[in-house]
Amino acid sequence: MTIALDAPYAVDPRVAIRPEAFGALCYHYGNRRLTFLKSRDMVRVVQALAEHATAADALRACGIAEATWPRYADALASLQASEVIRER
Amino acid sequence: MSASGLVGGLKRGLDAPICLTWELTYACNLQCVHCLSSSGVRDPRELTTAEAKALIDELERMQVFYINIGGGEPMVRRDFFELIAYAIDHHVGVKFSTNGTFIDRAAARRLASMDYLDVQISIDGIDAPTNDAVRGQGSYAAARRAMDHLQNAGFGPFKISIVVTRHNVDQLDDFKALANSYGAQLRVTRLRPSGRGAESWHVLHPTADQQRQVYRWLLANGEDVLTGDSFFHLNALGEPLPGLNMCGAGRVVCLIDPIGEVYACPFVLHDQFRAGSVRDNGGFASVWRESELFVSLREPQSAGACASCGSYDACQGGCMAAKFFVGLPLDGPDPECVHGHGEELLASVDAARRPSAGPGHTKPVTLLRARPTAVTR
Repeated sequence: MTIALDAPYAVDPRVAIRPEAFGALCYHYGNRRLTFLKSRDMVRVVQALAEHATAADALRACGIAEATWPRYADALASLQASEVIRER
Repeated sequence: MSASGLVGGLKRGLDAPICLTWELTYACNLQCVHCLSSSGVRDPRELTTAEAKALIDELERMQVFYINIGGGEPMVRRDFFELIAYAIDHHVGVKFSTNGTFIDRAAARRLASMDYLDVQISIDGIDAPTNDAVRGQGSYAAARRAMDHLQNAGFGPFKISIVVTRHNVDQLDDFKALANSYGAQLRVTRLRPSGRGAESWHVLHPTADQQRQVYRWLLANGEDVLTGDSFFHLNALGEPLPGLNMCGAGRVVCLIDPIGEVYACPFVLHDQFRAGSVRDNGGFASVWRESELFVSLREPQSAGACASCGSYDACQGGCMAAKFFVGLPLDGPDPECVHGHGEELLASVDAARRPSAGPGHTKPVTLLRARPTAVTR
């Protein structure tokens, strides 16, 4: 499961993000699901999505090494599946 | 970060709890024999409406996403609807646990009209005889009436919550069918020897064979059934059950009692696990972040007597509350250790040396007025 890095995404408006030492907790007020963001880089990327034209732009802007982008694409896909982020 | 790295992070504590239980009142119309808060009568020191709202404001600032409200019977409080509406308006979602007695048609409609609200109705048997033996006469009928009202009001998927005992363990499939018939979600949790359960646990807790039965049932039905992660001691039987497999006390969960005292988890209402009060100067946030008890719970814990057991990684030594209230050392096996280590130890515990049951609010026994008896005939 992966997402298209050339598409635009944003955090679902029903989701609240609470930063924590290990990353962040995301809570979806609609489906009541709690999701963990397991690194601070991941938190920055997720929060940057809405400000960039594509997911790839967000990764680049956050200084994420391109070699690791496939891992981020997988992680973003699972966040999309749990409705933390969505295509806009 | 791997899943175990995540659990490590969670064990070191969070800026705010993930799962916070707030018992709104010690008053209850029922007297369940396993009540973990020994509820019955209202405590005159209970938080006022203003204090309760100030606490909700603080939870909002801490980004506590939702709270689990319980009691006692929370609907007994006159400001119950006012408080849950206030919480929801302040982005603190509410899940509340009730025996259902006060959910009539009007209350069900009111509940159905609110967003970000989950309702959980407790029953402990699939029929009145099984249920009422634990929860009191008429309680099964009252809970079913509440479920009917919620369904008729179009509330949506509410929850039906069961505490597993040796008398209802064979009814798990029936509970699932009942939940399905209402479009409800089933929640199954572990019986703890807390509160009035300190006495009743010894005769109600599932036998060793029944524990294996619960484990197999949860493996087969687990994804569909909520457990509050309460059965992680059973992970020593093999394949892990869904969940974080850790004791969250003071790390990701805590309890606020009706008078504002903060305890490490809902099952340890006892001085030894009291971290502070929301009425203290720093409020709830400083109790959560700085209390000596919670800081110590976030340190690496000793496996103690379980260190040499190959299953320790799987079961983590089980539940702190279960050990404490039966008088077992906290760094040893759970009383329901699947290898039987807890049972062996339990046999050697002097019942008189078990800890007191904590702050009791059990209703005083009402003596029936003695009838004048006919002396002569």
